[in-house]
Amino acid sequence: MPKNEMTYCLRIPSRTDNLELIREFVARVARKVGFDEDDVGKIELACDEACSNVIKHAYEQKNGSQSLDVVIRVDLKKLTLVVTDHGKGFDPSKVIVPDMKEYLAQLKVGGLGIYLMRTLMDKVDYDIKPGVRNQVKMVKYFIDKKSSKVVKADRNEE
Amino acid sequence: MDTFTIQRQDKDEFSVLNLFGFLDAHTAPELEKQLDQLINEGRCKIIVNFANLNYISSAGLGVFMGKIETVRSMNGDIKMCKMTPKIFRVFDLLGFPTLYDIVQEEEEAVQLFASKEGSSRRAYDRT
Repeated sequence: MPKNEMTYCLRIPSRTDNLELIREFVARVARKVGFDEDDVGKIELACDEACSNVIKHAYEQKNGSQSLDVVIRVDLKKLTLVVTDHGKGFDPSKVIVPDMKEYLAQLKVGGLGIYLMRTLMDKVDYDIKPGVRNQVKMVKYFIDKKSSKVVKADRNEE
Repeated sequence: MDTFTIQRQDKDEFSVLNLFGFLDAHTAPELEKQLDQLINEGRCKIIVNFANLNYISSAGLGVFMGKIETVRSMNGDIKMCKMTPKIFRVFDLLGFPTLYDIVQEEEEAVQLFASKEGSSRRAYDRT
């Protein structure tokens, strides 16, 4: 493990009634390592969406017969959230939402969660091995590099 | 443990659903059941009050998307009010304000139902 990296793990039965517990775990870790309430809310929701997808799709709602892992790694720059399941995989490249307005107008319900995850986090990657292991890895940086405010702060530090 | 509850109030032709707690993939079916109940009763002028809702995920938004077509086909609508900034952000990220009336006060939602002009969502399109 690299220096200055901390890891927090939760293995939990794959049931929707555990979503609240998962959110509590993720929010408390995110808060503890220094994210503000706005980012804590984003990380919490992104994790909920990833876990809900796992419970609903990967395990085809066989509630509780399998477990899912939520691992949070924190280093000096970022928080990395990894949700792993051992259920059926899916092809994330097929979930493309180019135009939300049109998408909503068509009243399609699925896929909202993946769109939210991509919007709320700085990076979302999938590692899908159907039937073996599926992972969703999401990253949130402590500093929003897009923000001009932060660029200013960086200059001050130099 | 009740993580999510719905309190229904019928006022004239309007039905107000007050949501409490956490609306996620676990609790969304309860909201769906309640909306189905209203649709079955033909009470399609629905106002959802979010003042006491602490959390919503896409599963909750999906319920509204799944029912809106039926409700509107019955000359009704689902209007939303009293969202906290945290809840509104999720609706906003998914583009809901262009498709649904989202207002501050319950009274405004009632007025929108009463006014033919006001029933147009364009009145609240912020673009």
